[in-house]
Amino acid sequence: MGNSYHLTTPLSNDEVEKLKAGDIVYFTGVLYTARDAAHKRLVELLEKGEELPFPLEGAVIYFVGPTPPKPGEPIGSAGPTTSYRMDSYSPTLIKHGLKGMIGKGKRNQAVKDACVQHKAIYFGATGGAGALLGKRVKSSEIIAYPELGPEAIRKLEVENFPVTVINDTYGNDLYQQGRELYEIK
Amino acid sequence: MRYIPYDEVVKAVKNLIAYSASNLPPDAIDALKKAIEKEKSPVSREVLKQILENADIASSETRPLCQDTGLAVFFVKVGEDVKIEGGTLKGAINQGTEEAYRENYLRASTCEPFSRANLKDKIGYNLPAIIHFDLVEGDKIEIEYAAKGGGSENVSRATVLPPASGKEGIIQFVKEVVSNGGGNPCPPLTVGVGIGGTFEKSAISSKHALFRDIGSKNPDPELAELEAILLEELNKLGIGAMGMGGTQTVLAVHIEANPCHIASLPVSVNIQCHSSRHSHITI
Repeated sequence: MGNSYHLTTPLSNDEVEKLKAGDIVYFTGVLYTARDAAHKRLVELLEKGEELPFPLEGAVIYFVGPTPPKPGEPIGSAGPTTSYRMDSYSPTLIKHGLKGMIGKGKRNQAVKDACVQHKAIYFGATGGAGALLGKRVKSSEIIAYPELGPEAIRKLEVENFPVTVINDTYGNDLYQQGRELYEIK
Repeated sequence: MRYIPYDEVVKAVKNLIAYSASNLPPDAIDALKKAIEKEKSPVSREVLKQILENADIASSETRPLCQDTGLAVFFVKVGEDVKIEGGTLKGAINQGTEEAYRENYLRASTCEPFSRANLKDKIGYNLPAIIHFDLVEGDKIEIEYAAKGGGSENVSRATVLPPASGKEGIIQFVKEVVSNGGGNPCPPLTVGVGIGGTFEKSAISSKHALFRDIGSKNPDPELAELEAILLEELNKLGIGAMGMGGTQTVLAVHIEANPCHIASLPVSVNIQCHSSRHSHITI
């Protein structure tokens, strides 16, 4: 296993460059949530040169569609959703300053290339650990597109939110390399 | 003829769903604990620890294990000497599903296939349930329930092999399905394999195979042997927990086999993620 880091968002290039595939990171600070529909709108704003609903520089986006919160709680269960649906949008966001994405499952080559070229990281969170991950969310506020329901953009304050580095800024891919390490042919 | 009140069925279904949403069954917990002991990859062991810690939190705080609380899937054996009083059995199961998902803050995940519009206001909260009925002797109703998430359904596959492919062909197909899925279906997995029957019968059998307690022995020695071979072969793929590399990709392989046409060998593979939320009740 790699190293373990406690990082506070937003992320700097220095912080991003020290991370390697297989490292474990505990995030404290702000994560923004977005799924397909929200990504589409963010990319359209960037193409038109308009301002985004949150600062992209150093930001970390979490791909999640939580369960409804119980009364008095900030969020329900909140594990990662499958990331490939965001593949066509992520490179544009990375080019404009996004430093981290949290989800589950493989990304395409364009996303991996963008991570190397513009210094960004794709992190994996444990799918199906929605209760544990939801508990690490201290507050949640819808900051854009409330009409999208569970797909609205939320600003989450998190504490010690556990993720693993999958794709780093050096072109490493834990899904590929981890599997090669344990595959018996 | 035995009469069961409609409301009794609604209540039973609600209890099954509410309990399953935040309590991983003992067979799943045992299988995950055994996997931690056997797993060679430290990264995968860390993921497995998180999965078990998640199960503790979900159970003690009554939180959903996963935000994908699934489509509600039922296998129902209806005794021919039983009748529902005050409504239909299908109606009671759907009503129990809607109330359980809504009242326990579970996610409404059913949508129209093209517009992708959520159906919670049009048909009902997380409706319709997916129900497979079977008529049996007797005056009881047996209801098996599972919450089936999207990620693991997305990598499931069905095919019809030429009969000459035999067991080798089946093993090859199952390996392809699990290998292509990689980390997307949230391993460690339970792999349901439906063999024989017709095209749709094999698919339904592969689903029903997932309702068995994880790791329970198949009563048919030939199938038990094939399950053991498949388990060993699949764990050579190296996918590991959440695809991060490791030796424990699959917790168990469950096979259901049926007689089939002389010209065909249907095979279906239905994948279950590590959050194997299943339960049953007999009324």
